[in-house]
Amino acid sequence: MSIFISMIRKETLHLLRDFRTMTVVLIMPLVLLLLFGFAISTEVNNINVVAIVERHTDDTRQMLEKFRVNPYFTFQGIATFNEVEPMLRAGKTDAAVVLRYDGARLCHQIIVDASNTNTAQTATAYIENIINGNLEIPIITNTLYNPQLKSAYNFVPGIMGMIFILICAMMTSVSIVSEKETGTMDLLLVSPVRPRTIILGKIIPYFLLSCIILTLMLLLSYTTLGIPFSASVLNVIWVTVVYIILALSLGLFISTLASNQVTALLISGVLFMIPVIMLSGMMFPIENMPVILQWFSCIIPARWYISAMRTLMIQQLPVSYIIPEIVILGVMTVAALLLAIKKFNTKH
Amino acid sequence: MKNNDIAISVRGLTKRFGSFTAVDGISFEVRKGEIFGFLGANGAGKTTAMRMLCGLSYPTSGTGTVAGYDITRQAEDIKRHIGYMSQKFSLYEELTVSENLTLFSTIYGMSDEEIKVKAAEVFRTLGMENMRNSLVKDIPMGWKQKVAFSAATMHTPDVVFLDEPTGGVDPVTRRKFWEMIYKASSEGMTVFVTTHYLDEAEYCNRISIMVDGRIKALDSPQGLKKKYGAENMDEVFRIVAKDARRGN
Repeated sequence: MSIFISMIRKETLHLLRDFRTMTVVLIMPLVLLLLFGFAISTEVNNINVVAIVERHTDDTRQMLEKFRVNPYFTFQGIATFNEVEPMLRAGKTDAAVVLRYDGARLCHQIIVDASNTNTAQTATAYIENIINGNLEIPIITNTLYNPQLKSAYNFVPGIMGMIFILICAMMTSVSIVSEKETGTMDLLLVSPVRPRTIILGKIIPYFLLSCIILTLMLLLSYTTLGIPFSASVLNVIWVTVVYIILALSLGLFISTLASNQVTALLISGVLFMIPVIMLSGMMFPIENMPVILQWFSCIIPARWYISAMRTLMIQQLPVSYIIPEIVILGVMTVAALLLAIKKFNTKH
Repeated sequence: MKNNDIAISVRGLTKRFGSFTAVDGISFEVRKGEIFGFLGANGAGKTTAMRMLCGLSYPTSGTGTVAGYDITRQAEDIKRHIGYMSQKFSLYEELTVSENLTLFSTIYGMSDEEIKVKAAEVFRTLGMENMRNSLVKDIPMGWKQKVAFSAATMHTPDVVFLDEPTGGVDPVTRRKFWEMIYKASSEGMTVFVTTHYLDEAEYCNRISIMVDGRIKALDSPQGLKKKYGAENMDEVFRIVAKDARRGN
């Protein structure tokens, strides 16, 4: 057996025999995808609506019918002014639509429970949409790329950006640092094994593991979550592979900074995870951040990766639209890898 | 290669970390097949000196050869001719005993065939055939120590470095471990061992005592006892190290 193969075999056996970690690592990405895709949904469904109608006409009846058949609303019937306030207060309804005649003109009023601003805004927008449908000049809104405004779509690139940093950076750094702690790293460094063999022997099993996870995540995204499948999946794969290599290099780099597993976990957790979640645009739009944070977000690899993934997966645009992202990720990868190998080689 | 009888030779070996001199110009020679004890309190500079000999660390100044190769210029050649056992009996915990031995032998360039023969011999000698497929994390400390030693010597290195190889094991096991060391030495391996168990120093052919980065005494155990008029090594050590400023 060659030295290289035996190093990879050792690492793979170590990984596979740590059954609990393996299970977590394989299942967590899928659970996260499903959670963000379905449970944590920013869509507002089942808005409870009551109507207050002063005088029934064909117009008002038509309007109420629209609320009745709209899947986003649960139409609770007709109420009086006096009933509405207690209902809103008790949380029995979310919004009330007032239909009133000013002379011959039908006027509308929306009363909405804004204790949850998100729901309130969305509910208002939905109701306005329905009412506007009755106007003579309707506003035509075209939602491109994600016509149903499914939030599941939006989270997939973010989750992928997070998972690979988590698995690659955190797991490689912890596994290398644990070899430092147990002393097996010294045994390797004293032996004729070259540093680059040690590094590759460490990285390749994690790379393969990441590829398996990528496959699982893509399968789930394109089936259960219903992201439209197209040729862009090939671009998704290779850009993600670059990102995985970048994350592995970061893990390697962290391992040269940390002397024990806790430090490695803290560095990868605090330095990478939190900025990825907060500043990568995964949850909060970068455009809404203070300028300083916008600048800061530029050094976060996940920001570029997630933006590239949105273009490729959701907009389904060709690679020419994400050239800046690819260049930045490429430069970051090369820099991180060189830095990590240089630091790893340094003897004292 | 000047002298065929010399396994390790060091002249003025020094290591500084900033303003702190961990190893301060030590010089000594170790003969082939010798069991050389490297004694000193914690912080005296033993491990730093040993790491320089193994090629884990560059000397600030000074020269030396290990197994006939220069420690500053031929570190890669040295690596092929030495074995190293760390003080934590480091092995891969999630691998079996047999997988660990195979891994380290492969790393040292042994062929699959050689490994098979040698591993069978090791298991027979140690009487642990029933444990060959146990995970290292499941076997007792004393056995781990033996496996770690076997992993360091399977490829019959010229010199084997043992960094406090008997820490944390009971006296009976320690005694048995020294039998393994003697056996390795009788097969022609040079054994360079650091320890702070002074009774173990008696088992060495020659010992050096490091104090504050310098070698304060170097002779056979009998020679040292005679020189300092001491009953045992414990007394010798106390006399030699009484002015120590570092360590405890």
